[in-house]
Amino acid sequence: MIELRDVDYSINGRTILTGVSFSVARGETRVILGPSGSGKSTILRLLMGLVRPDSGSILIDGEDITQLDEERLRQIRQHIGMVFQQGALFDSMTVGENIGFSLLEHGQEGEAEVEAAVLRHLVLVGLDEDLIDRMPDELSGGMQRRVAIARALAARDPRILLYDEPTTGLDPQSSARITDLILELRDSYGKTSVMVTHDIADAFKVGNRITMLDEGRIAFDGLADDLDRSPLPLIEEFLAPFRKAVAAAYRRLPPGGGAGRASTGSSLSGGTP
Amino acid sequence: MELIIAIRERLRRILITVQEFSLFTVAVLRATFTPPFHATETVQQLYFAGIGSLTIVVLTAAVAGQALALQLARELSNSGAKSELGHFMVISVVRALGPVLTGMVVASRMSAGITAEIGAMRSSDQIDALVAFGTDPMKRLVVPRVIALLVSLPALTIIGDALAVGGGGLVGLQYHLPWPMYVNGVLKYLTPKNLLVGMIKPFLFAIMITVVACWKGFGSEGGAKGVGASTTESVVISSVGILVLDGVLTRLVFRLLDW
Repeated sequence: MIELRDVDYSINGRTILTGVSFSVARGETRVILGPSGSGKSTILRLLMGLVRPDSGSILIDGEDITQLDEERLRQIRQHIGMVFQQGALFDSMTVGENIGFSLLEHGQEGEAEVEAAVLRHLVLVGLDEDLIDRMPDELSGGMQRRVAIARALAARDPRILLYDEPTTGLDPQSSARITDLILELRDSYGKTSVMVTHDIADAFKVGNRITMLDEGRIAFDGLADDLDRSPLPLIEEFLAPFRKAVAAAYRRLPPGGGAGRASTGSSLSGGTP
Repeated sequence: MELIIAIRERLRRILITVQEFSLFTVAVLRATFTPPFHATETVQQLYFAGIGSLTIVVLTAAVAGQALALQLARELSNSGAKSELGHFMVISVVRALGPVLTGMVVASRMSAGITAEIGAMRSSDQIDALVAFGTDPMKRLVVPRVIALLVSLPALTIIGDALAVGGGGLVGLQYHLPWPMYVNGVLKYLTPKNLLVGMIKPFLFAIMITVVACWKGFGSEGGAKGVGASTTESVVISSVGILVLDGVLTRLVFRLLDW
């Protein structure tokens, strides 16, 4: 469904990505992990066609989007929903106008139908219907992210969802709500997703496969368990703080209290530490 | 050698900037005169640009018109030519001072507002979000602002000119210049040519102000600090641009009209 082949990207002479290749099957969630500045968000911008690579190809449903004109790109984007870092809600519009933006802008639906769609998506992401007339800055960070997910979903029911650090800066409870929602969208609605994060707990929770970037190159590509067992020093170094946090959390548990571990099969999994 | 390389690099950057600005201007003009148009957004911008700027334009025109009329009335009265006050007010206000003064006042307000708003949208990914949802930011953000200023700046200039010239008549009364004599002088010199010279300017100022403000907004980088710097540059470029454009246009129109 999604395939990157040997993608290079640079900006103002600075190399951001080098030889990046991976694919995402239908209904799968691919997590792109890596430290800040490793080029994670750039991959989402490339997939959305917001920027074009220097070389390589990006296939969405078999069509190379690097070769398309703006009009065709616009049609392709109709099947992709993107949740931006910090939500990127339109701050001059209400929550309802944000969620219904795409329908109001491009759809043929009447006002009543748009409002019904907005309410349906508010409920889907676990928000109260009475938030519809609120402005984005009146909401908490977690609520804003959920409105952003609702906005992405309301835009012509996309088959592909791209999440750019959807839990960054959120408290553990809000973060867990967002990752649960991402899992639900994959498992119950069959959405194909790519999620960028530097949160290892989130990566293990939602990812079928994980790609780890280091300075614009793929350092690891495989299953979560394989990442956990990888002997690469870079990965050891990246996972070390998380392992310490999990170990500390387990030490604080009463005897026999470690039974609630999540079921991804990874020895690292267990939700946000 | 290093100096030559530095100069060459500086020149290269200037040329790239000029090229980018030219391409942006062409894209704006093309988008402005081709559908679709965002009516709601345009009406909102019309209100912001027109009604929102009305108070400062009225205030500035009234004060500046009165000050100019006082200077002129005093000198003309001393030389026994106070009946020419209407003539001088029309020439100086309608042809030169009015469009520039209104343009500067509106530029300082609109440039800052447009650049800051678009810059903030850029830094919070809202522009990318528009593209992601299939909306052309040029059509949604730039064109409504261009149309709003193309309509409101000439209208504000007319209002400002009328107030300044009208104020001149009141000053004339203080110097014992009868109102009908002042009005006759005004009407005599309010010719199509003089109006053309004065009224062509606000349209070009409007395009220049919005193109510069939007270009700076789209190009702002580096969060709040970057948006602040772009906003300052936008106001400075627009203000200086109005003065430069005024000089160029005046010379051009004089040559075309064979004055």
